[in-house]
Amino acid sequence: MEHKIPAVKMRDITKTFGQVVANDKVWLDIYRGEILALLGENGSGKTTLMNMLSGIYFPDSGTITIDGRDVVIRSPKDAFDLGIGMIHQHFKLVDVLSAAENIILGLKEEGGFDIQAATKRIREICDTYGFEVDPDQKIYNMSVSQKQTVEIVKVLYRGADILILDEPTAVLTPQETDRLFAILRNMRDAGKAIVIITHKMHEVEELSDRVAILRQGQFVGDMLTSTTNAQEMTNLMVGHPVELNIERPEPVDPKPRIEVKGLTVRDMDGVLKLQDVSFTARSGEILGIAGISGSGQKELLEAIAGLQTVEAGSIQYIEDDGSGEELIGKDPLSIAELGVSLSFVPEDRLGMGLVGNMDLAENMMLRSFRRGRSPFTDRKSPRKLAEQVVRELEVSTPGIGTPVRRLSGGNVQKVLVGREISSAPTVLLTAYAVRGLDINSSYTIYDLINRQKERGVAVIYVGEDLDVLLQLADRILVLCGGKVSGIVDGRGAKKREVGMLMTRLGGGNADE
Amino acid sequence: MLMNKPNRVPLVHISKRGAIKWYAVLAVRIAAILLALIVCAVVTMALTGENPLSIYATMFKGAFGTSRKIWNLCQNLALLLCVSLAVTPAFKMKFWNIGAEGQVLIGGLATAACMICLADKLPNWLVIILMIVSSIVAGAIWGGIPALFKAKWNTNETLFTLMMNYVATQLVAYFVIVWEMPKGSGKIGIINQSTEFGWLPQIGDYKYLLNIIVVAVIVIAMYVYLNYTKHGYEISVVGESERTARYVGIKVERVIIRTMLLSGAVCGIAGLLLVGGTDHTITTTIAGGRGFTAVMVSWMAKFNPVVMILTSFLLVFLDRGASEISTVFGLNQSFSDILTGIILFFIIGSEFFISYKINFRSRSEREAEKEAAQNV
Repeated sequence: MEHKIPAVKMRDITKTFGQVVANDKVWLDIYRGEILALLGENGSGKTTLMNMLSGIYFPDSGTITIDGRDVVIRSPKDAFDLGIGMIHQHFKLVDVLSAAENIILGLKEEGGFDIQAATKRIREICDTYGFEVDPDQKIYNMSVSQKQTVEIVKVLYRGADILILDEPTAVLTPQETDRLFAILRNMRDAGKAIVIITHKMHEVEELSDRVAILRQGQFVGDMLTSTTNAQEMTNLMVGHPVELNIERPEPVDPKPRIEVKGLTVRDMDGVLKLQDVSFTARSGEILGIAGISGSGQKELLEAIAGLQTVEAGSIQYIEDDGSGEELIGKDPLSIAELGVSLSFVPEDRLGMGLVGNMDLAENMMLRSFRRGRSPFTDRKSPRKLAEQVVRELEVSTPGIGTPVRRLSGGNVQKVLVGREISSAPTVLLTAYAVRGLDINSSYTIYDLINRQKERGVAVIYVGEDLDVLLQLADRILVLCGGKVSGIVDGRGAKKREVGMLMTRLGGGNADE
Repeated sequence: MLMNKPNRVPLVHISKRGAIKWYAVLAVRIAAILLALIVCAVVTMALTGENPLSIYATMFKGAFGTSRKIWNLCQNLALLLCVSLAVTPAFKMKFWNIGAEGQVLIGGLATAACMICLADKLPNWLVIILMIVSSIVAGAIWGGIPALFKAKWNTNETLFTLMMNYVATQLVAYFVIVWEMPKGSGKIGIINQSTEFGWLPQIGDYKYLLNIIVVAVIVIAMYVYLNYTKHGYEISVVGESERTARYVGIKVERVIIRTMLLSGAVCGIAGLLLVGGTDHTITTTIAGGRGFTAVMVSWMAKFNPVVMILTSFLLVFLDRGASEISTVFGLNQSFSDILTGIILFFIIGSEFFISYKINFRSRSEREAEKEAAQNV
């Protein structure tokens, strides 16, 4: 193992954006026949480093060597010519074209396109590694995991033998993840070099042969996966020891707070998004919502928050004394005027929860600017609140006058969550609260949510990482295609069981 | 395949800047203006053979030469600024109001209608009040219609406001024929020339002072409105992200309509000042393209009403100066347009250098390359 020549050698790579040093003299070796996990917190420069390898950014200084030869990668095309292919978090496919058309799109081949020959080669690639792709299927008919497969095949078709995957499992179910991992192992065994960027420790342990760790743009070290463990890797990533267990305090005196009955929602095109959904969220309890992305989670939360037109059903807000208040048909403003203190941390932080171009103080005002009779806004108290959030949640920012879009993902989320819980809510809705956040920030958020639970808040937590849901939530509601597939107790539920509920109504036992 | 590739660092590459200090921004802008003047000088010499310095001197004289010219400049500045202030809340809300031209016209038409139809029927002071009210209402309606359609049916406001301009122009053309004075001339002469009925009062000996004071008040009011009121805050949020606005319970439709009523109303005031304050007549071209120039003034000032004083000054100065050049040197009017174009190109182009940085390949890298080439 030690004698192998690296397929890629990156030396002293430095990249700065304005004053921010994203990569600081980073060293990295990538070997063939090996899966390398690239680990690091948000903003530690993993994606930047890989973007330089795939020709999207150009390094300020440093050298890249491929198979012992110094190279300069100026564009994604250069990267392709060197056999480097990257699969991004956001797919870059044309919806109305078929898989095969997407794969050959942009290739410069002699003569006309021969889609038949291309289809044949695609089939060969699929057979070699075990992909399941129909080359003639249109992209808009595909699930997220199928689209991802097309992206991978596309890269392989172009002859890549160094593959980079940026958080590939973020959008997959456990079963789909298993399938992807099997394929990645096949490719490794076929001698390809594979780099995977991920935040999930158990995936690193399960899949990778070697890990490389970045911290604040610097290379901390690399090691064989077999010689390390999650705790050690996390400590290296964060730079100090971190407690890896999520606490789950027992609910205190739970009472029904939100009662949803027969909720049915259609989107603008008339597609059924939620069908006959019923459940109760209790105070002092975390209700986890699991499901493949797009199973109706967004519509469910937005319906409760008054942002979604509802076709049928009822959503009752239950006061402590048992009297109920119907929330359907009310917009966020009239819900607030009812005296219902409902906080919502939406999935789209900068597109919905916050205004990217406004500074921290102005973003704090979003919820409170109407207060008082005066036609003028009160600028002082939002500033105080911003300072308080920065201090208490340890938001790293140059100041409260910084536009939030300049902050890193974790800090943006802290600002949003900080504002939402500052109004002492009785109901807290969160959608993918830790998506894209590093371990340290994630645990801060879990902690904040747990504090709210202890205050007696009814928390509805939409999550994508089942391991976290199983540790954090008191009960888990599983959505499948807009219907309730099951509600399980968070304590004692099995990951496999929840995974099955996600893909098939009622769980079933089809694939084995 | 690899061997053939030229192994070279790109000569230039562009990267985004982080935060940039205000004095650096100022330096970039000043450099842009200086560069623009130099390029203008070169173009002038090449095309006309005139001495560029004397051309600049003429430009300056055209704008500031006599006290009459200075008043003229201020008057034009005030009117352009007024329209620019009017479109600003709309643009801040990302509502593309390019219908200011029509809103000004319709405000002017309402003013003229009061002056002509009510002459000698009501006391002068009452007519002036009616002029003020009707011009504001007319402008607001003209701005409100596209807003209503946008809010209710999500129509495209750019096309809608643009089309409303033509409707306004045709309306004015119609009433010009109805009210033509003297009959058969096809135009309205000075309205109530002998009685000065319905003319806005003149302050002392200064014909344009009232306009300037009114616009100055609007500058301050608009600055406060946009930056310190709840309405202003709602406009910013809607402009940045409608989804965020809905999420915090802002009624987006209501904000769109309210803001466009305001935008149209201020345009209506510009029409009032134009017809009642200075020209005392109405033609289809009385707005003089200010509705479109205002868009540029507003964007160049990044929607800051106070900065808009500078940007509208710049445009008015260029315009007055350039037309002076064409008369004095006997050049075509187009030549002044060329100069204005060059200057605006540099000023707007300088924004690129504020947001982005261009990195050149350093000398050491280039030398290392040369050496490498020799070794091969």
